[in-house]
Amino acid sequence: MSLKSAAMKLMQKAIEHAPDSMMPGGKPDPLITRKHGIVGAPVTRIDGPLKVKGAAPFAAEFEAEGLLYTAVAFSTIAKGRITSLDTSAAEKAPGVRLVMTHKNAPKLKPTPMFNTQPKAAGPSDLPIMQDDSIHWNGEPIAVVLADTQEQADYAKSLISATYKEEPAVIDFDAAMKNAHEPKTILGEPPTINEGDAEAALSAAPNLVDKTYTTPRHNHNPIELHGVTLFWEDGELYVHDSSQTVAQSAWTLAEVFGLDEKKVHIWSPYVGGGFGSKTLWQHHVLAAAASKMADRPVRLVLSREGVYRTVGGRTTTQQRVAIGADADGRFQSLIHTGVAAMTEHNDCPEQFTFPARHLYATKSFLIGQKVADMDMLANTFMRAPGESIGTFALESAIDELAEQIGIDPIELRARNEPESDPTTGKQFSSRNLIKAYRDGAERFGWNSRSAKPAARRDGEWLVGMGCATGTYPYYRMPGGKARLTVSKDGFVTAEFAAHEMGMGTATTQTQVVAERMGVAQQCVQINYGSSDLAGVFLAGGSSQSASIGASIHAAHTALVEQLIKLAGSKSPLHGLDADDVESRDGGLHTKKDPSHGESYAAILRRAGKDELSVEESAPPPMELQHWSMHSFSAIFAEVGVNTITCETRVRRLLGSFDCGRILNPKTATSQFRGGMIMGIGLALMEETIWDSRKGRIMNPSLAEYHVPVHMDVPEIDVMWTDIPDPHTPLGARGIGEIGITGVGAAIANAIYNACGKRIRELPITLDKLM
Amino acid sequence: MRFLINGQPVEVDVDMRTSLLDLLRDHLNLHGSKKGCNQGACGACTVLADGERILSCLALAVQYQGREITTIEGIAEDGQMHPLQRAFIEHDGFQCGYCTPGQICSAIGMAAEAKRGMPSHMTRDLGAEFITLDRHEVRERMSGNICRCGAYNGIVNAISEVFVEAE
Repeated sequence: MSLKSAAMKLMQKAIEHAPDSMMPGGKPDPLITRKHGIVGAPVTRIDGPLKVKGAAPFAAEFEAEGLLYTAVAFSTIAKGRITSLDTSAAEKAPGVRLVMTHKNAPKLKPTPMFNTQPKAAGPSDLPIMQDDSIHWNGEPIAVVLADTQEQADYAKSLISATYKEEPAVIDFDAAMKNAHEPKTILGEPPTINEGDAEAALSAAPNLVDKTYTTPRHNHNPIELHGVTLFWEDGELYVHDSSQTVAQSAWTLAEVFGLDEKKVHIWSPYVGGGFGSKTLWQHHVLAAAASKMADRPVRLVLSREGVYRTVGGRTTTQQRVAIGADADGRFQSLIHTGVAAMTEHNDCPEQFTFPARHLYATKSFLIGQKVADMDMLANTFMRAPGESIGTFALESAIDELAEQIGIDPIELRARNEPESDPTTGKQFSSRNLIKAYRDGAERFGWNSRSAKPAARRDGEWLVGMGCATGTYPYYRMPGGKARLTVSKDGFVTAEFAAHEMGMGTATTQTQVVAERMGVAQQCVQINYGSSDLAGVFLAGGSSQSASIGASIHAAHTALVEQLIKLAGSKSPLHGLDADDVESRDGGLHTKKDPSHGESYAAILRRAGKDELSVEESAPPPMELQHWSMHSFSAIFAEVGVNTITCETRVRRLLGSFDCGRILNPKTATSQFRGGMIMGIGLALMEETIWDSRKGRIMNPSLAEYHVPVHMDVPEIDVMWTDIPDPHTPLGARGIGEIGITGVGAAIANAIYNACGKRIRELPITLDKLM
Repeated sequence: MRFLINGQPVEVDVDMRTSLLDLLRDHLNLHGSKKGCNQGACGACTVLADGERILSCLALAVQYQGREITTIEGIAEDGQMHPLQRAFIEHDGFQCGYCTPGQICSAIGMAAEAKRGMPSHMTRDLGAEFITLDRHEVRERMSGNICRCGAYNGIVNAISEVFVEAE
């Protein structure tokens, strides 16, 4: 063990054993107990009018004088070298201003890869158009700039390339033979071995031991990935569609050798992301081409281009084995497997995470490996790991329950842990069994027959299934916010966060209004720009917590300054920040709410137009102190057609335990959206991979099937609404948990309907024949 | 070429290869119609041509000269939002908002199709003079408009409020 890692281990132990009060969230956020405020109210989206009028400007919709349009050509081999690249016809085509290839592209610095430095956002550490080497089938080999999109597309068609192919690892089965443990799985150990899980499994009177496979997936936000960008006085300005504005700006600055303040990314509207709207090669290529041509550039990837150059969820093979005693108590829990990855990225699809935190068991074997392949770097897609990990784990639980002959909810309740099963830490808040009981009652679970194929409705066999969903609570380091209060009582909050449809603009307006004790109409939120305060990731369901803690910190600093500014003539004179609270447009003493002064009065007496502070959130040490997770109980009712073997989801219910819900209206939509992506994961979504060429064969929305209106019934959503005492506002993130558990709930319902157990996603009709 | 867009005559010199969608977005600064796939698979580009819904990414602009084109920018009535636009906001019929203009234009065209008696896979009486929309009809007929955020329940609720008679 190196000195550094020994020191880190010591630090971690110290945080684990430190008193609760020393942790962020050790003292519950006072807003948790404030009832009847605007937090928790079903406020309608504040960006609604712009969006229904089609007037919200997205990245590819900004005009610029002399704008050039872009087309990108892609490699057709998985690995090797370009031996010839003929661009002469393209260069002569009408309207063409530049054809950029590795031969003439500007020299660029290496791309700092995601997770290697605090603000690094690179999808991989591969060089971008710097030499003739090819690393995946679909890598950009040429960029055409022309006066119109039609001219660029035509000129691209005139480019021809030849290659010298090298042996490539493009078959997952072959790659698995050389699977290896990564150093960590997002900072967690790849392997956990407690007791002799294999021996306990063999000795158990009840056991399941099965293999589950999951395919590649693509995010498919409806807005195509694109930028409109330009250079001015050596600074780069990018209209982007981004869930990482600060990180992308820093990374682009590194690549182009600039001070990070010289790269400006604006992204107030994002047409869906789901993990894909991060930094990819097209950002760098567009900026490089714009620099060469000295013209503003718009680069919008075609839908095929998104599949070729923006990574998706990787494929996995998983083993889940559970051994239980006669009462169903787990003696052994094994979840191991392999995910495909590349040698140039670090995104191991953490499918073993749920098994680490869900069940009490006498022995554990968790082991996750990666298999290196020559493919586009895979990336995070909604609940990376947990979405497909719960499919395997929760299918196995259902299989075990049937074998033992007990209700699958009861089996879960019997193995509910007191504290985190792998870390021993206390849960910050865990009400999974309540979520199950509430959900079961609303869904009518007791009408389910334990025997498969027992219920028929015309030509349909009907069944019910349930499964647990879970997702960790994350709060990212780097959160910071600016709060400004003006003499007319208005409050502006600014932070470099993102709105991709989650409801950030709306819910954070509510949060700021509540924190500052002002009406919602008096709050303005500025976000979606790298020039604003802080580093936020619209990912890991972390953004609401990160913003919440930043605003809390900024509010505390603002209150201290306001008291100072109020001076000796103020009723606040001599008070500490702890003695007062924000309400009714000002500061009031906690003991006597009538005793206080408005923000406007304080500022006017001091002769100031406004007061502004910027403050950082504390580092997220609470994550190492408590076991912090959200939970859900998902219930599905499906029909399986006896003639065609099609599956239809008839009913779907999600019962969530995610702390306090900030806005029931937007939260309902977010839960439903995740669950609908779960329907896709269960029944139809698959990025089809050609193992001979390493090429994606269905790079389009016509051939990659996502749920459409007719696939989606009315989805029932409910929640415990029990605040987490250790998080800002008592809330935990809800962006990803919706998709978790749905795959297994539907697979279990299919088994209950027709008696066929499918362990290979997606569950298409051919597998049910 | 001469076009009639949202009631306004427009004359513009564009490449013969230009799609109606690119004409709107790249040449007329009408960005409300969205590009999601450029091959007719997602519905984000839906506009109305003489009141019928079409996929503007699959339509060559040159063929739509003289036709009455209505985009999301043109569906407001007397400066007021169309009732369906208001219903989308009220029922939270969107998240990111990118597919929304296409959903709204498509729903308006769909309601007109039902009124004309155009049957769908869900229609029981193929000979009916006009179709009474219910939630199944709406879902079937709107299935060409993908919403990846998954706002389908809200979208159907919004459309039902405006176009479905009380069941």
